[in-house]
Amino acid sequence: MSFDSKIPTGEMNEKWNDYKGHVKLVNPANKRKLEIIVVGTGLAGASAAASLGEMGYKVKAFCFQDSPRRAHSIAAQGGINAAKNYQNDGDSVFRLFYDTVKGGDYRAREANVHRLAEVSSSIIDQCVAQGVPFAREYGGLLSNRSFGGTQVQRTFYAAGQTGQQLLLGAYSALERQVALGNVTMYARHEMQDVVLIDEKARGIIARNLVTGELEKHFGHAVLLCSGGYGNVFYLSTNAMGSNVTAAWKAHKKGAFFGNPCFTQIHPTCIPVSGEYQSKLTLMSESLRNDGRIWVPKKKDDNRKAIDIQEEERDYYLERRYPAFGNLVPRDVASRAAKERCDEGYGVGTTKLAVYLDFKDAFVRYGKIEQGKQGNTTGTLEEAIKLGKAVVEEKYGNLFEMYGKITGENPYEMPMRIYPAVHYTMGGLWVNYELQTTVKGLYALGEANFSDHGANRLGASALMQGLADGYFVIPYTLGNYLADDIGTANIPTSHPAFEATEKAVSNRIDTLMNIKGTKTVESFHKRLGKIMWEKCGMARNAKGLQEAITEIQELKREFWSDVKISGEIKAMNPELDKAGRVADFIELGELMCKDALERNESCGGHFREESQTDDGEAKRDDVNFSYVSAWEFRGESNWQLNKEPLNFEIVKPSQRSYK
Amino acid sequence: MEHYNMNLTLKVWRQKNHHSAGTLESYQVKDISSEMSFLEMFDVLNEQLITDGKDPIAFDHDCREGICGSCSMYIDGRAHGPWTKNTVCQLHMRAFKNGDTIVVEPWRSKAFPVIKDLMVNRSAFDRIIQAGGYISVNTGNAVDANSLPIDKKDADNAFMAAACIGCGACVAACINSSAMLFVSAKVAQLSLLPQGQPERESRVLNMVAQMDKESFGNCSNTYACEAECPKGISVSNIARLNKEYLTAGLSTEQ
Ligand SMILES: Cc1cc2nc3c(=O)[nH]c(=O)nc-3n(C[C@H](O)[C@H](O)[C@H](O)COP(=O)(O)OP(=O)(O)OC[C@H]3O[C@@H](n4cnc5c(N)ncnc54)[C@H](O)[C@@H]3O)c2cc1C
Ligand code: SF4
Ligand code: FES
Repeated sequence: MSFDSKIPTGEMNEKWNDYKGHVKLVNPANKRKLEIIVVGTGLAGASAAASLGEMGYKVKAFCFQDSPRRAHSIAAQGGINAAKNYQNDGDSVFRLFYDTVKGGDYRAREANVHRLAEVSSSIIDQCVAQGVPFAREYGGLLSNRSFGGTQVQRTFYAAGQTGQQLLLGAYSALERQVALGNVTMYARHEMQDVVLIDEKARGIIARNLVTGELEKHFGHAVLLCSGGYGNVFYLSTNAMGSNVTAAWKAHKKGAFFGNPCFTQIHPTCIPVSGEYQSKLTLMSESLRNDGRIWVPKKKDDNRKAIDIQEEERDYYLERRYPAFGNLVPRDVASRAAKERCDEGYGVGTTKLAVYLDFKDAFVRYGKIEQGKQGNTTGTLEEAIKLGKAVVEEKYGNLFEMYGKITGENPYEMPMRIYPAVHYTMGGLWVNYELQTTVKGLYALGEANFSDHGANRLGASALMQGLADGYFVIPYTLGNYLADDIGTANIPTSHPAFEATEKAVSNRIDTLMNIKGTKTVESFHKRLGKIMWEKCGMARNAKGLQEAITEIQELKREFWSDVKISGEIKAMNPELDKAGRVADFIELGELMCKDALERNESCGGHFREESQTDDGEAKRDDVNFSYVSAWEFRGESNWQLNKEPLNFEIVKPSQRSYK
Repeated sequence: MEHYNMNLTLKVWRQKNHHSAGTLESYQVKDISSEMSFLEMFDVLNEQLITDGKDPIAFDHDCREGICGSCSMYIDGRAHGPWTKNTVCQLHMRAFKNGDTIVVEPWRSKAFPVIKDLMVNRSAFDRIIQAGGYISVNTGNAVDANSLPIDKKDADNAFMAAACIGCGACVAACINSSAMLFVSAKVAQLSLLPQGQPERESRVLNMVAQMDKESFGNCSNTYACEAECPKGISVSNIARLNKEYLTAGLSTEQ
């Protein structure tokens, strides 16, 4: 077990260059002999698998969907950051680095973030070369928009479908390697456990989701690119299948879990409409560029939005945070919405919603259009019509999605939005090389804890996933494998494979034999409710203690009363879900434990005990300037290890967006 | 928007696996809210089936917001159901009324064999992409992104073609089970962009050859694909593919 962050010495802006200059290399003939397992084909996994395949390694890639192109990254909407400074608005590698460390509320590792900012620019180059159709200006050059928590325009986008276009780029690179025989793709496969031999990761056990058979796969190294665990809350903006299983199994085999309680609650999602709700839909943060958020100034105002006059509206973000206004970071915007709704100013039938209004944007853009047309006599109505067309070009698909879900027309009345669970900053603890505390086991993308501290800035998850896969792991993996070239493929008849497979199969048998009375879904919903109420947007010691007890009880009940239909050796989505929910329950407990232990507020983690007089989050750098890295010790038993955070460049200060 | 509840009869295709025969089975669901999505209605039905000790209905789904392309149901004779430019996961129950009978089947195509119930195997699409749906550029070989200005019109058109979600509704909707709309979308995207030029000819030839191998049918220009495509992929892409194919065929013959 190695719990050393391995941050290279030297100046911050030289660390990565130095590292690359001195890293061990694997020669081409040896690469062909080395097998690598990549679990997940989202941005992190697809980019890693494609790049490693191109380099000559033999790669096996896994995903649970029917095609790698459907990984959850496909759903990302708003954009991807890069320090290109194409807009000449003062952006630089340093500024992106600084914004990300500050945005993360000083709980990220500086060296990792700096590397991320350094490679950001190459990501855009790579994607454009692959044919990713980013938005462009009339001159043919790339267009940018701004995102929350920054004052420059550095976000590249493809309408509201940026994740789709980036993933299809990475997917095409991956499929090219499949065609060349460098990557073997295992779709509809779910990793069930990692196999360790001599304390090194040497393979996985996967379930073929079509036949139900368990399979053993050897690899000289295993890369987990399995995404985030927001679905522990049941309702989130994540895809239905997103899960923690791969990461959790690795955790139970010795990989420390970093900052599990750091969850991002996204301010702009379509509110819950009923008990049957299966997931929540994000309305991209990019909308905050042009939409203004408000609630009525009067409590319990039941009038329609359009009947509420300008002076009766409270644009509370602009009021509280004049410098950033509607573009404050996500954690700040979410808490502000909760505060207004808790105080009784919420709108809509549930009163758990605020307005996101485009009225002013329609007018502003419309007047610009009239100006372009040299039209000086146009009416306001004409301007609004023109403005709506401009907004449609920018966000058309989001407006359409909103309309389909709510049955309301957002061009005519403001959107109703509310915060929802969106992203998990926590994840498997990794060192600078993206290696977990288990040798040969790596974690990339949302699955690791690394770059976003306690709050992720918009448009930086896509950047991190692709940075990890295209530009980091190709170097750092070689540094490990260079010492492993002598290891021949280990046959999967090895006792360690047999034993792990047996354990997996026993667990499946146990689950199927419970034959209880309650559905998997009902347990998942109950877990979600506990997590949302007691480990959600605001947390306190009492609630967290209660949550831990409740989750332990829920776990006992699950393992004695869950009802799973179908067979083991056949396609069985209920069984797949049961395994995932069982892991979420265990994770939920650890998240509450972590939240309880961290008695400070930082980023998305808001402890009610730790706030300023005006209700802002209060960090405690003296006592909590560390990464929590939890070590699994047995059932409901963890040990906390701390990685101290040293800030060489960005001196922590109380974050202010006022 | 006014909400209402409804009771419905569902006739759903049940098929144990690829080898067995399937049939339509009837189910009753009660108190379905008009605000639910179609898949949430299926969740309710599945919970009911599990509680009754029956096998729930298998169907593909993941993002539930119309972008991953997983969901695939043929509803009352239409791919993705009654709304146009829409996926099943975005279809909401306000499209139906109390007392309706709804027939739900999988995509039907020789190239998309049924795995179970409403789930089909669409890996043929991946193999078509493997045949040439990419630009051959290794990681790290790219030049600065803005060194390559692209006419906004071309970029926008490429984006519109690239919006395809690979769901396969075009194939399901086509009487010939043709995959032309899907293939043409990728061919068009890459042939519109300067980066796509070096492999322009081999790409279209190889992708079409793979499509033929996968036992998709021929295109007879009925445009049912465009009508049912959730992303509004235009049949003008098919015209472009045909042109590209002809040019590439001619130049390789020389
Ligand atoms: C609605 C939405 C919008 C977003 N918009 C933006 C945005 O605009 N900008 C931005 O930067 N970020 C955005 N994000 C965040 C970003 O999309 C994700 O953080 C990122 O895409 C995660 O990529 P990934 O490669 O780590 O994982 P994912 O894309 O989640 O991929 C996970 C992969 O792992 C596989 N997998 C998981 N478990 C197993 C298992 N046990 N066995 C086998 N395979 C497994 C899955 O099949 C999948 O292939 C958004 C997120 C959401 C939910
Ligand atoms: S062309 Fe349209 S219908 Fe066909 S796969 Fe693509 S998105 Fe689906
Ligand atoms: S579930 Fe993703 S498109 Fe329908």
